[in-house]
Amino acid sequence: MRVIWIGSAIATAAAATAALAIFGGAAASAAPQASNSVALVAYSTPKDAYTKIISAFNGTSAGKGVSFTQSYGASADQAAAVAAGQPADVVALSLKPDISTLVAKGIVAKNWQKTRYQAMVSDSIAVFIVRDGNPKHIHTWADLLKPGIQVITPNPISSGGARWDIMAAYGAQLKLGKTKKQAVAYLRKLFTHVPVLPTSAREALTTFASGKGDVLLDYENDAIFANKKGVHTDFVRPKQTILIENPVALTKSGAKKPAAKAFVKYLTTPAAQRIFAQNGYRPVVKKILKQTAYPNPKQLFTIAYVGGWAKVEKQFFGPKNGIVTKIISSLGK
Amino acid sequence: MASNAAAAPAPVGRAAPLAGRALGRGLVAGYLTLIVLIPLAALTWRSLEHGKGSFWDAVSQPEAVAALKLTVVASLVVAAINAVVGTAIAWVLVRDSFVGKGVVNSVIDLPFALPTIVAGLVLLTLYGPDSPLGINIAFTRTAIVFALLFVTLPFVVRAVQPVLLELDREMEEAAESLGARPLAVFRRIVFPNLLPAILSGVALAFARAIGEFGSLVLISGNLPYKTEVSSVYIFGRIQSQDPGAAAAMSVVLLLISLAILLLIGAFRHWRVKHAR
Repeated sequence: MRVIWIGSAIATAAAATAALAIFGGAAASAAPQASNSVALVAYSTPKDAYTKIISAFNGTSAGKGVSFTQSYGASADQAAAVAAGQPADVVALSLKPDISTLVAKGIVAKNWQKTRYQAMVSDSIAVFIVRDGNPKHIHTWADLLKPGIQVITPNPISSGGARWDIMAAYGAQLKLGKTKKQAVAYLRKLFTHVPVLPTSAREALTTFASGKGDVLLDYENDAIFANKKGVHTDFVRPKQTILIENPVALTKSGAKKPAAKAFVKYLTTPAAQRIFAQNGYRPVVKKILKQTAYPNPKQLFTIAYVGGWAKVEKQFFGPKNGIVTKIISSLGK
Repeated sequence: MASNAAAAPAPVGRAAPLAGRALGRGLVAGYLTLIVLIPLAALTWRSLEHGKGSFWDAVSQPEAVAALKLTVVASLVVAAINAVVGTAIAWVLVRDSFVGKGVVNSVIDLPFALPTIVAGLVLLTLYGPDSPLGINIAFTRTAIVFALLFVTLPFVVRAVQPVLLELDREMEEAAESLGARPLAVFRRIVFPNLLPAILSGVALAFARAIGEFGSLVLISGNLPYKTEVSSVYIFGRIQSQDPGAAAAMSVVLLLISLAILLLIGAFRHWRVKHAR
């Protein structure tokens, strides 16, 4: 009896595994193999923009008859899914380190940034979302440290996107003439004004909408998006802030498909850039940006100004000794 | 053995159930292997991938320890409350009759049907800073217990209900006719019969509470050392590209749940033995 039991257990497991392999294999190969179908894996906020861009692309001669499979989710989750084998020809993520994850896995080519706009398709800036009418008069980074002000930010350890906001705060201090040490001290003080740490930008917005906090650190495009969806918020563009740049890359499978290549190229055409602009993003093409109404903050800086992502990830958000990692794990003590 | 049975002079009909039983067990074993065993083994393997040292390192981080303490204590509190309130609800649903009983009976299962993130959102709107009821407990430890009570409600109720329905009323009536007071009847007759069901409901509620994520992530506030539970801490580890630490913490949660389940199993076994 025992022998049969184990034997049939193994047989069943083997059969099930085989079945799984067949289904899995079919699912994995079906989407990308059709040369006229492009698998787009993107982070969630630009969903509206991409839906419109895809239908506009389908109207061009290069995009005629191209079908898309689209997947949207949190940027880091999407990167992890693609790294684990989710079929993707084009990846559109919220920050460069998420694409670096795919480069390390050999899914995206090392030279992916060797394109006209360094593979960036849309920009934004870090802003302060405040309560209607800005009752606490929050205009500057120093205002965030006023007694009693509660600042909501997603946890930059779990939310890659929130790292833009924290680096905006840090870089702003440098722009204001502070030393690096003083800028770190600012971050430490800032986090004493943080009463909760939502794990993602969406949760942070929900938390803020529930009535918690006086100011939410977020992106300009999110603020515009929220207003479009009927969640009315006022927002303030601080004079010193960071330029948020969203990358798009072809995977190695996508690089073999003319349709995927044509789509990525299309993203920086005036037509696509205008759609980004209508959806709250700043165009990366200067000529189109000038046609929009986006005001330019006086002291705008990029991630390169505070060291570039590779260095920032390690120095500020490293799992054990990162400056911000340490500040956060000392919060409740 | 199945072929032996077929060859033996026993009635022909016996072969089929035996083969059927073997096939049944095989299917169950294969299914459990695929759905439960392999994933758990992979998780454990992943947690030990970089050696015991890094496993210990991951689970002994002060932030991880604080999160674990909070999770276990909150789950114990929730399990205890469920034991009392769940039994009371089951009692009312079985022994009382009132208008709308059917509706209440169906409402009990709703916390299972609702996506937990929605449960968290609803609790946040009702008991958050803009609470229409004037109750603001959001982003506190109380909120964690509250959310856990919501998602674990059905376990004890649904475990106790069928046992209570089956319970022979004559025993209670006999005790009453012999002069036992209602409380004594409950303590000496009803409770001992319900205890195994209560315990299995409590064990399930505890295990569920230990791993709960969706309903807590919004309402707890996730402040390290204060309101950060283990599942949210684990999520943070995964998001910051530290899957080894996430796996290690998950294994600890599994071990705690396993220990509680075994403990309750052992207690039930001991009780059965000593009741005779």
